[in-house]
Amino acid sequence: MFNTLLVDISLLTLVVVVAIAVVEVRNLLSAIMLSGIYSLLMALIWQNMNAVDVAFTEAAVGAGISTVLLLGTLLHTERLTKIGSRVNWGALLVVVVTGSFLIYGTLDMPDLGDPSAPIHNGRVVQQLGQRVGKIDHEGVHMPWQFNSMTEESVPHPDEEHPWAEYFAEEYGTQLPAHEPAAERVHGHPLDDFMGHSPNTVTSLLAAYRGYDTMYETAVIFTAGMSLVLLLRRRSEVRA
Amino acid sequence: MKEQVVLRVITKLLVPCMLILGGYVITHGELGPGGGFQGGVILAAGFILYGIVFGKRDLHRVLPRRATDAGAALGVMIYAGTGLWCVLRGGRFLDYAVLPAVDTGAAEALGMTLVEYGVGLTVCTVMITIYDMISEEADA
Repeated sequence: MFNTLLVDISLLTLVVVVAIAVVEVRNLLSAIMLSGIYSLLMALIWQNMNAVDVAFTEAAVGAGISTVLLLGTLLHTERLTKIGSRVNWGALLVVVVTGSFLIYGTLDMPDLGDPSAPIHNGRVVQQLGQRVGKIDHEGVHMPWQFNSMTEESVPHPDEEHPWAEYFAEEYGTQLPAHEPAAERVHGHPLDDFMGHSPNTVTSLLAAYRGYDTMYETAVIFTAGMSLVLLLRRRSEVRA
Repeated sequence: MKEQVVLRVITKLLVPCMLILGGYVITHGELGPGGGFQGGVILAAGFILYGIVFGKRDLHRVLPRRATDAGAALGVMIYAGTGLWCVLRGGRFLDYAVLPAVDTGAAEALGMTLVEYGVGLTVCTVMITIYDMISEEADA
């Protein structure tokens, strides 16, 4: 625990130092390199918080691709920032107000690792509990957790079960109330798809939020095609 | 940068590893950390590194612009096509449970894998296109 805290504090200190350096440094090439270092440090922090997928994305996109794209942009501009840019008081006011609102918002958030936080008291428990294919503390499998969602697999509220109360509240003693037809037809498996998809993040993104991810892919496609339509034609005309 | 021996050798050693890692991350998204997006970015980074060191002419010989354009469209089509396949098999759009597999869990995993392939392909090709377009005028 103390070791994790120590690593966290030193990483966060480095992040603050690098962030200030990115703003202060005059050479834009150095600023780009520093922002790459910033992303790499953030990736380490995510990793330290066990958010492996986020760390992966931060390292690949933030430290890798963004740096290359910023360097490509640098070729079209000057190497140094302008000297003597004075403080823009209007912008400072907006930033300070927005920042204080954001900090005010975080006051409502539960403490890190607080066991009574809402995220630890709901359906997410089963997904993030990573109990897939494991046995609980009494040495018995929890069949309804990774079997098909059928009537007999839902625990009865009278049963002594850690999540029985939650289940009764959420689903009643019958099948899940949401999309009852679909549940009956396919017998949707619960949460990790019978252990076929242990990575919760992917099953959330690709299955539960499949529509969102499809449109996100379409957005990326549109961005690429817009770039092709805008820039490629121009360069060919010029040539 | 083609004339620098160290860069050239290191790049030639590094690029295959990056491509294999990218492919692994795309295909194992539902089992471990990562997925289509991250894997696609790693794949693209491999190609971009090749393009930076050996020049864009060599990159275009390996991966023509026509291929990246088609890849971006094909990725979205794989994603939407998976959804359509579910409809054709009697389910709803992107309802992977109806896909042919031993059980619904495996069917969901199959659907997710296909969808991740689509995402990976689109992300990889679009990233390469962005690099290609942004570094356009520097070469000319």
